[in-house]
Amino acid sequence: MSEPLLKVTGLRKHFTVRKGLARQASVVKAVDGLDFTLERGKTLGLVGESGCGKSTTGKLLMRLLEPTAGSIALDGRDVASLRKDELQSFRRRVQMVFQNPASSLNPRMTVGSAIAAPLAAQKITPPEGVKKRVQSLMDRVGLRPEHANRFPHEFSGGQRQRIGIARALALEPDVVICDEPVSALDVSVQAQVVNLLKDIQDELGISYIFIAHDLAVVRHMADDVAVMYLGKIMEHGSRDQIFGDPQHPYTRSLLSAVPSVELGAGSKDRIRLQGDLPSPANPPSGCVFRTRCPAYALLPEEKRLLCRDEIPTGSVACHHPDAPLLEIPAAATTLV
Amino acid sequence: MSTAATATAPPEGAPKLVTGRSLLGTAWMRIRRSKIAMVSLAIVILMVLFALLAPVLTAIEGQNPDATNTGPDVLDAFENPGLPLPGYMFPSAEHWLGVEPGLGRDLFARLAYGAQVSLIIALLSTIVSVILGTVLGAAAGYFGGKIDSVISRLIDLFLAFPHLLLVLSIAPILQSRLKDSPLAQGSFVPITSLVVVLGFFGWAYLARIVRGQVLSIREQEYIEAARSFGTSHLSMILKQIIPNVAGVVLVYATMMIPTNITAEAALSFLGVGVKDPTPSWGQMLNAAQQGNWYLNDPWFLAVPSIALIITVLAFNLLGDAVRDALDPKSSRN
Repeated sequence: MSEPLLKVTGLRKHFTVRKGLARQASVVKAVDGLDFTLERGKTLGLVGESGCGKSTTGKLLMRLLEPTAGSIALDGRDVASLRKDELQSFRRRVQMVFQNPASSLNPRMTVGSAIAAPLAAQKITPPEGVKKRVQSLMDRVGLRPEHANRFPHEFSGGQRQRIGIARALALEPDVVICDEPVSALDVSVQAQVVNLLKDIQDELGISYIFIAHDLAVVRHMADDVAVMYLGKIMEHGSRDQIFGDPQHPYTRSLLSAVPSVELGAGSKDRIRLQGDLPSPANPPSGCVFRTRCPAYALLPEEKRLLCRDEIPTGSVACHHPDAPLLEIPAAATTLV
Repeated sequence: MSTAATATAPPEGAPKLVTGRSLLGTAWMRIRRSKIAMVSLAIVILMVLFALLAPVLTAIEGQNPDATNTGPDVLDAFENPGLPLPGYMFPSAEHWLGVEPGLGRDLFARLAYGAQVSLIIALLSTIVSVILGTVLGAAAGYFGGKIDSVISRLIDLFLAFPHLLLVLSIAPILQSRLKDSPLAQGSFVPITSLVVVLGFFGWAYLARIVRGQVLSIREQEYIEAARSFGTSHLSMILKQIIPNVAGVVLVYATMMIPTNITAEAALSFLGVGVKDPTPSWGQMLNAAQQGNWYLNDPWFLAVPSIALIITVLAFNLLGDAVRDALDPKSSRN
């Protein structure tokens, strides 16, 4: 197989936070050792609850943040070692759609100039071609030509996100990082924007890193899915694998929490995670999920000991992927 | 069938498409709707026209600001030597605002030419302050770190200075230095020295305001977005950030013009600004105070004072209106 478009190895981002009178330094491990690859024309979904490091990962991939350790390779070229002029052309190849369409557009810039801004910054399109390019981008994302002279506040959330998508496409990137692109939108609008992203991918063959906490959206968009928890990937696999046959207790808990309208899908087999997300400044040793793991709670003492050890790298970051998550009541077994 | 017809050819009476208004368009519409704003804008425009058209207006009047009328038919020679006789003290067809005591020069002509000097000084010094304040404030806020520390300490330093004392001591030095320059002609020296002094001491407060604004703008997602497609620092500041502080700067500038008009008047009044024979409103106030003319000829003091008050008030009210109009979240439209 050919080289993946984007290859991330051992990516880490640790923030040093100084708190209190003594200015004591504590290290927040926002992203703590990520490995994944992204193929050309494919979509990788990054899912996880708030604070698991999804957005930080997106910013690291954009080189908006400097990684603490690890490498990001685009076409085999390490992004972290790029010089200033190389970084400029890297920016052309990786673009981002931001979460909040209201704040990611400059309120004092017309839609036309906002979409033209990447072209102006990169100076690759001749000035006379910019207007045409902007019009074709606006047309592509479903905005009318006369919208170019309006300001972002005159648009609805969905339209603003379309503007953001047009801006991200302006430089004809290879990778677009979508950081929760639809989570600020109404459900009906979400579908339009998601389908727009999919159409664009089919047409242009670009790759997406699709960051979201909404599993249904990820299921619709992604070819591969990585489930994150406390800065680490818990489970990584194809969409069918993750949604059809999840191995990791965390993935299984997440999936069981997805609301369903199907008949008979009661709340009885919903797995509820106990407690809060541990502080990333002080994560549990060994398996970071063990403090909230429904399987861990049911494990016998001698099997629990293993969970304190570092997890070997693999597609499922669990010592006991086959452990039951729910106590199966005696009555229930007889019913089946 | 009728629907198909309308779909292919829109009827002639179709409503025009709603087009968006620019922010300046919206602001202008808001200003137009406010009576106070329109009145003050009219006064400001009239004052500017008054200054610009000073040569024309005085030609119509048939006077000039430097011609003296010391004849005994104009000025009192006995009881109060130099005081204009009643027929010349107050407005008349010949001298629209009367004549000044002492030299008997035409007051209207001096007020008009004085408006030129006062407004030019106020405008140019404001421009100097605004450029310095915006550039330094934006640089401090945007770059942060050491650049911010240096500029911020500079701002503190300038704000901590007792301005008036400093200006009082610097202005004469500047004027004596400029006197020897080849450009020194007419009113060049006093005007330039006042512009430099006022402009150079007025930027610090604006810089602090701009810095604060930029600090919050810098954290906005659209700045991150601009960074993600490789926007240069220069275009980041000029295109992404400055437009967002332009409203604040514009409001501050319209507030600074009247401050500088009064500052010019104060300095000229204190004798370190514009000096006779160059007229300015401050110089006229100074002249009224010198020799205690105002005791017997309060009109001489009233003319520049009233002009000053009206202009400053109009600029201030206009500044308020501009601030309200430029606030994008203002619901008053």
